[in-house]
Amino acid sequence: MEARSADLKVDGLQKRFGDVAALDGVSLDIASGELLTILGPSGSGKTTLLKVVAGFEKPDAGVVRIDGTDITALPPARRDIGMVFQNYALFPHLTVQANVAFPLEMRNIAKAEVARRVGEALELVELGGYDRRLPKQLSGGQQQRVALARAIVFNPRLLLLDEPFGALDRKLRETMQLEVRRLQRRLGLTTIFITHDQEEALVLSDRIAVMNKGRIQQVATTTEIYERPANDFVADFVGESNIFRGTVTEPGVLSLEGGRRLLVNGTARTVGARMGVLIRPERFGRGSNVFAGEVKEAVYLGSSIKLRIACDDGLELIVRQPARGPLPAPGTRVSMSIDPGDIHVFA
Amino acid sequence: MSLRRLTGLGPALPALALLFVFFLFPVVRMLGFSIEGGTLEWYSKALGQGLYLQVFWNTFEIALIVTVICLLLGYPLGFLLATTTPGWATLGFIFVLLPLWTSVLVRTYAWMVLLGRNGVFNRMLLESGVIADPLPLLNNFTGVLIGMVHVLLPYMVLPVYGAVRRVDPALVAAAEGLGASNARIFRRVYLPLTLPGIFAGAVIVFVLSLGFFITPALLGGGRVMMLAVLIEQQVHETLNWAFAAALSAVLLAVTLLVYTVAQRYSRTAAET
Repeated sequence: MEARSADLKVDGLQKRFGDVAALDGVSLDIASGELLTILGPSGSGKTTLLKVVAGFEKPDAGVVRIDGTDITALPPARRDIGMVFQNYALFPHLTVQANVAFPLEMRNIAKAEVARRVGEALELVELGGYDRRLPKQLSGGQQQRVALARAIVFNPRLLLLDEPFGALDRKLRETMQLEVRRLQRRLGLTTIFITHDQEEALVLSDRIAVMNKGRIQQVATTTEIYERPANDFVADFVGESNIFRGTVTEPGVLSLEGGRRLLVNGTARTVGARMGVLIRPERFGRGSNVFAGEVKEAVYLGSSIKLRIACDDGLELIVRQPARGPLPAPGTRVSMSIDPGDIHVFA
Repeated sequence: MSLRRLTGLGPALPALALLFVFFLFPVVRMLGFSIEGGTLEWYSKALGQGLYLQVFWNTFEIALIVTVICLLLGYPLGFLLATTTPGWATLGFIFVLLPLWTSVLVRTYAWMVLLGRNGVFNRMLLESGVIADPLPLLNNFTGVLIGMVHVLLPYMVLPVYGAVRRVDPALVAAAEGLGASNARIFRRVYLPLTLPGIFAGAVIVFVLSLGFFITPALLGGGRVMMLAVLIEQQVHETLNWAFAAALSAVLLAVTLLVYTVAQRYSRTAAET
C-alpha cells in the first residue's frame, strides 16, 4: 500500500453553537507524515475541530487546507480523508470484506483491484481470513482493526481517529495504540488523533496540541508538553503536577504565596513579574530547595509510591518515589529536595 | 411451565379471560358452524368453485396492489419524517396520524363525497376544463384502492419511520466520509438497514387489507367483491351462516399463514 500523504493547515477556525464558542480561533500546521494528537477535556472543542477537518461541520470563519488547496467548502465525500469513529461505525449489514471494500466501490474501482486492496488492508491490520464475518461476530479489538483497514484502504490523504480506543480494555488499548503507531509510521500517513487521555497522547504522538475552551493552549512535542507546559492548564491536564504561583523577587528567585522562597532556573529574570512554577512529582531528589513536612497520605502503586506531604510552610506537595521498603505511615516526618533545574517556570 | 412463570401470568388474567370469552370462544364457535352436520361441503364450495376462488384472487390482488402503493407512498414519507427537523416532523405526524384517530366509516363517506360523479374532484376537473366527462372514481376498483390506501398508509409510514430513526447517524457520516454520494448512502446504508421496517409495514398493510370490509363495501358499490364483503353477504342476505363461517375460516387460515411466513422470514433476515 502506497501513501500519498498530505500536509494539513487550518487557519483561524471559528465555530459557535449558540453562546458557546466550540472553536475560538484555531490555527494548526500538520506536516506530511506526522501524527498529531489533539488532547483536551470533553467540551474543549476537539471533536468540533475534527468534524470541521472532515467536513461534517462548516466553520463560521477560517480555512482548512490540504497540500495548500482550500477544502473548506468541499463536502466530506470529496475530501479523501479516512476516519475512524468512536464506536467504529462499521456497517452492520455488510461483511468485513464489504465494509473495507466500501470506500473503493464508492470510487468505482475495478472488482479485481478492490479484492486485492481489501486483502492487503486486512493483512496489514492482521485480520486476514476474517473477510466473511459480520461486524457483530468480531471482538471490540477486531472491529477496531476493520474500521482502521476501511479508513486506510483508499490511500486517504489524511487519517482522523476520534477517540477510537475508548471502548477497549486497558491491555487491548495499549496493543492497539502501538499498532496504530506502527501502521501510521509504515504508511507515512498524516494523522490526527483525538483523545482526552493524556497518557495515550504521550504514547502515540509526534506532537500534541492541547485544547481547552475552543482554543489551542500549546502545540509541541510530547516531551516539551510534559516538561515545559505553556500554562497552568497544560501543566495540570498533562500528567500529575505541583503548581504554585509567586512573584520574582530577584533573578532566579521566586517568592511563593505563603512566603516561601524558591530557587528556580534562569528564566525568571524580571523582578516583580508574577509567574507559575511546575514541579513534576517524580522529580524530587537532590537539590537546593528543601521542603520539610509530614506525610498526609501514602499510596502504593506497584512500581512507585505516591505521597501527599503537608509542608511546614503550608504548601502541599505530591511526590512520587520508587517503591522501596515499607510505605511511610501518615504523620512520618520527611524532607524533600528539588533542584532548580527541575522546576519549570511559566508565565 | 415453571411455577414462577405461571404466577407471572396473574396480572394478565383479566385480559386473558377477556380474549378467551370474546375472541377465542367465538372463533371456535365459528369453526363449529363451518363443519355443522359433519360435512366439509362448505369448504369444498369455497375452494372448489371458480366464482368464489375468483373472490379470493380479487382479495389478494387488491391487498397486494394496496400494499405496493402504500410502500411507494409510505416509504418516502416515513423517511422524510425521520430525517427532517423536529418542527416539520411534528407537523407531518399530525397529518399522518389524524386519519388514524378518525373513524374508518367517516373517512370512507368523506371519500364518497370527494370521488362521486358529481363529487368535488370531478366538478373541479370539469370546471377547469381538464376533462370533458366525469372520471369513474367511485363504485369501482379505483375508488376501493384510493380509500384503502388512505386508511392503511399510516401503518406503513410508522414502521418505516421507526426503522429510519434506528439507523445510527454515525453510519451515515461514515459512508459520507468514505466517499458515498447521497444516492449511494441511501442505497447502501439506509435501504438495507430499513428493510425490516419496510417488511413489517408491508405485512401489516397486506394482512389488514385481506380482511378489509367497510371501504370496499362502500366505495366499491357492490361491484368490487372482496372476501369480507362476500362473507357479510352470506350472513345478511343469503343467511348461509355455515358458508360464511367456512369462508371466514379460510380467510383466518390464510392470514395466519402470511403472518407466520413473514415472521419466520424476518427472523432469519435479522440473524444473517
